[in-house]
Amino acid sequence: MKSLIKILVLAVVLVSVSCNKSTAPNYQFMPNMYESAGYETYGEAAFPNGVEAQIPAEGSIPRGFVPFDIENSTAGYDLAKATLSNPLDSTKVDLNRGKELYDIYCGICHGNKGNGQGNLVKREKILGIPSYDDAGRAINAGSIYHTIYYGKNAMGSYANQLNEEERWQVVSYVLKLKADLEK
Amino acid sequence: MRKVIHRKLSPNFLRLSLVFLLAFTTVLSAQEGDPAKGKSLFNANCAACHKLDKKMTGPALRNVEARLSEEEGLDRAWLYAWIRNSSGVIKSGDAYANKIYNEYGGAAMTAFPQLSDDDINNLLAYTAEEKQAPVEAAAPVGGAETSDNSGGISNEIILGALAILFILLAAGLYLVNKTLRRFANVQGIDLPEGPGKTPLWKAFVQNQFLMIVVAIFFLLSSAYFVYGYLSQIGVDQGYQPVQPIHYSHKIHAGDNGIDCKYCHSSARVSKHSGIPSLNVCMNCHKSIYEVSPETATEEYSKEFYDGEIKKLYAAAGWDDAEQKYTGEAQPVKWVRIHNLPDFAYFNHSQHVTVAGVECQTCHGPVEEMEVMYQHAPLTMGWCINCHRETDVNVKDNAYYTKIHEELSKKYGVENLTAAQMGGLECGKCHY
Ligand code: HEC
Ligand code: HEC
Ligand code: HEC
Ligand code: HEC
Ligand code: HEC
Ligand code: HEC
Ligand code: HEC
Repeated sequence: MKSLIKILVLAVVLVSVSCNKSTAPNYQFMPNMYESAGYETYGEAAFPNGVEAQIPAEGSIPRGFVPFDIENSTAGYDLAKATLSNPLDSTKVDLNRGKELYDIYCGICHGNKGNGQGNLVKREKILGIPSYDDAGRAINAGSIYHTIYYGKNAMGSYANQLNEEERWQVVSYVLKLKADLEK
Repeated sequence: MRKVIHRKLSPNFLRLSLVFLLAFTTVLSAQEGDPAKGKSLFNANCAACHKLDKKMTGPALRNVEARLSEEEGLDRAWLYAWIRNSSGVIKSGDAYANKIYNEYGGAAMTAFPQLSDDDINNLLAYTAEEKQAPVEAAAPVGGAETSDNSGGISNEIILGALAILFILLAAGLYLVNKTLRRFANVQGIDLPEGPGKTPLWKAFVQNQFLMIVVAIFFLLSSAYFVYGYLSQIGVDQGYQPVQPIHYSHKIHAGDNGIDCKYCHSSARVSKHSGIPSLNVCMNCHKSIYEVSPETATEEYSKEFYDGEIKKLYAAAGWDDAEQKYTGEAQPVKWVRIHNLPDFAYFNHSQHVTVAGVECQTCHGPVEEMEVMYQHAPLTMGWCINCHRETDVNVKDNAYYTKIHEELSKKYGVENLTAAQMGGLECGKCHY
């Protein structure tokens, strides 16, 4: 009987070793070389809220930052639509990059052609996405930039995923899509 | 900024989108072409390499026309040209043709100059037919290799099963022998036991040569296992922790085809790929407050998934009934999976943006993972191997024109690997 138990134990060990998807990390050899003494990105840290990822100090700005004065409101939207224009001239507009960014961030809802038929719409997960050539909306560079920056109604803001120059590249590409749709 | 709340308007939108959808589907079905004829043509000419819903030698062809015009802006004329002579299209420098050609590892599609416009219309009508079976999710996006090392795993399973079978067999024989002996004893039968014969094990012990061979065998095999055990210390391949919110890459990146960089947006430009902050989730989840019944599987019910979305709302401080933020946000404590030791440096933008390596090369079939796990070992050998094998992407990168020329002269080769460019220098990865 004893040997039977031994055999069973062996078999269990074999099986448990061969299933390698585990919910706990493996042992480490000399953990002090693996685990950083400094704070790790996204790690815990001795700040009041306990996380490493802190909001930048108030008033600090990144290099090359250009303030955007127009506020997040309907009035701001109208102001942007009336006054804001694209600072990139035709030599700086890069439609290939615009397309790349657009396909990542916008195509999933608006469709890669901008007709409001993105994948999520086709699968009926999100409804009510307008087509860019919607005459009632008559979007222009200023209104598109404002929409990307602050979002609009059900659409969220994309200011944290795209920097300023990238936002304008996307605006240029959206205007191209709009022109194509209106053809 | 918000003016109106959309969910409350949804009947209008449903109607609107119905109109949209109808308009769209009529466009699709307005193709002139006979699906029945198309089917026989398809089976005759194309089925060798294409299936409707599954990738084979070539891509899945269901709704190919709609897909190409939707995603790539290619019209039927392109398809005529492609099907009649795909290599001609590739040679002409057409961007998409070259892309798909490379994606399929340079497998060339046969040319079909004999097919008339009508034939191709019929073919396309057949590929545009709806699928018969219950609505299955769309084909997974991103051409990741799935057959990666499944062969190895199933081999291991078979070997393991065999080993267990043998052990059981031996145990069974032993037991049978024992009971038989007991029977014999009870019945008073004398078991013939040659008096002069030494028992087998004694003979074995007395034979020195055999003993040495056996000892060496045991030493070697235990060294093998000890080595194997030691060299996997600190390697977290397959690590799959339970996350605070059951977030499924399969549903988001697979079924719904959301681009990786939509969420991991800093992979384009920085060292880290980043875990999305909750406002990114809320871009969609303001509108998506429950999953559709088809999303539920046997393992995970709709109630379970809906509960997970409620957890997301609680963490983001979103009051779904009022449709506004309460301001009481709570950071989500995601468990980090991929983590290099402190002394190694790895940069995503160098690999993703400069080298153009797909996420799946390193992270495995993410779009099929219901729960995220670590696919690659992340050992130094793994990094080095890839640097030895992968060519540097020098095209359209002015930074490389000069260094590429000099280095290719030095090594006398056309394409430089990352290793030849210095990807093996200790200081590049260790600081
Ligand atoms: C999660 C889905 C979603 C994504 C992703 C998305 N949008 Fe939108 N977008 C919407 C919705 C919903 C509306 C309708 C808003 C409304 O009701 O006015 C909209 C409206 C718009 C409008 C019209 C606004 C107006 O002036 O009326 C523009 C322009 C626009 N989006 C551009 C973009 C751009 C550029 C991106 C990528 C950076 C993007 N969208 C990504 C959902 C999305
Ligand atoms: C010898 C195998 C082979 C045969 C036969 C074949 N194809 Fe292909 N096809 C391919 C491959 C491989 C690709 C991917 C591109 C490449 O590598 O050239 C492809 C790509 C395509 C594409 C582009 C799909 C996309 O997603 O971009 C279309 C359309 C297509 N084939 C249609 C057909 C039709 C129609 C037939 C039958 C008349 C056919 N093919 C027969 C191998 C084949
Ligand atoms: C809708 C947003 C979203 C999309 C799209 C997405 N991810 Fe993620 N990803 C997350 C979140 C949230 C986590 C953290 C939770 C987890 O690990 O499951 C994560 C975790 C990961 C991790 C593990 C991080 C770690 O801790 O080591 C990897 C690797 C990853 N994603 C790769 C990908 C790839 C590759 C794609 C594209 C096929 C992708 N992701 C698409 C949101 C997303
Ligand atoms: C681009 C749109 C989009 C974004 C961004 C997004 N989701 Fe989702 N999410 C969806 C869709 C679509 C579904 C599936 C709904 C269905 O099947 O009906 C879903 C389903 C879910 C579910 C239920 C199924 C599951 O995966 O367990 C959870 C939980 C969830 N999302 C969490 C998140 C989190 C956390 C984030 C942010 C990291 C996020 N989502 C970002 C579109 C999105
Ligand atoms: C060349 C291989 C490689 C490629 C390509 C790659 N990754 Fe990673 N990824 C890694 C390694 C190695 C780590 C661990 C990094 C560390 O610990 O510093 C990692 C870590 C991550 C993490 C964890 C958090 C972080 O940023 O450290 C996420 C999320 C992630 N990758 C997502 C992605 C996405 C999305 C893509 C595609 C855009 C991608 N990765 C492409 C190798 C790769
Ligand atoms: C899928 C293949 C692949 C894997 C896996 C991979 N790399 Fe790379 N790596 C590349 C390529 C290709 C380049 C060249 C990029 C370029 O054009 O600069 C590169 C470049 C680098 C560079 C810059 C080298 C230089 O000469 O400037 C570093 C540092 C680096 N990799 C670190 C790592 C580390 C650390 C790992 C493992 C955690 C890793 N890589 C895994 C493909 C890979
Ligand atoms: C392509 C990037 C890369 C290069 C080049 C590289 N290493 Fe490494 N090395 C790594 C990574 C990543 C690890 C961590 C492996 C792990 O965690 O298992 C590592 C681990 C090590 C370790 C083991 C530490 C331990 O605890 O296991 C030593 C020693 C080491 N490297 C030395 C070197 C030397 C010496 C060179 C130059 C000949 C070198 N490395 C070049 C990426 C690199």
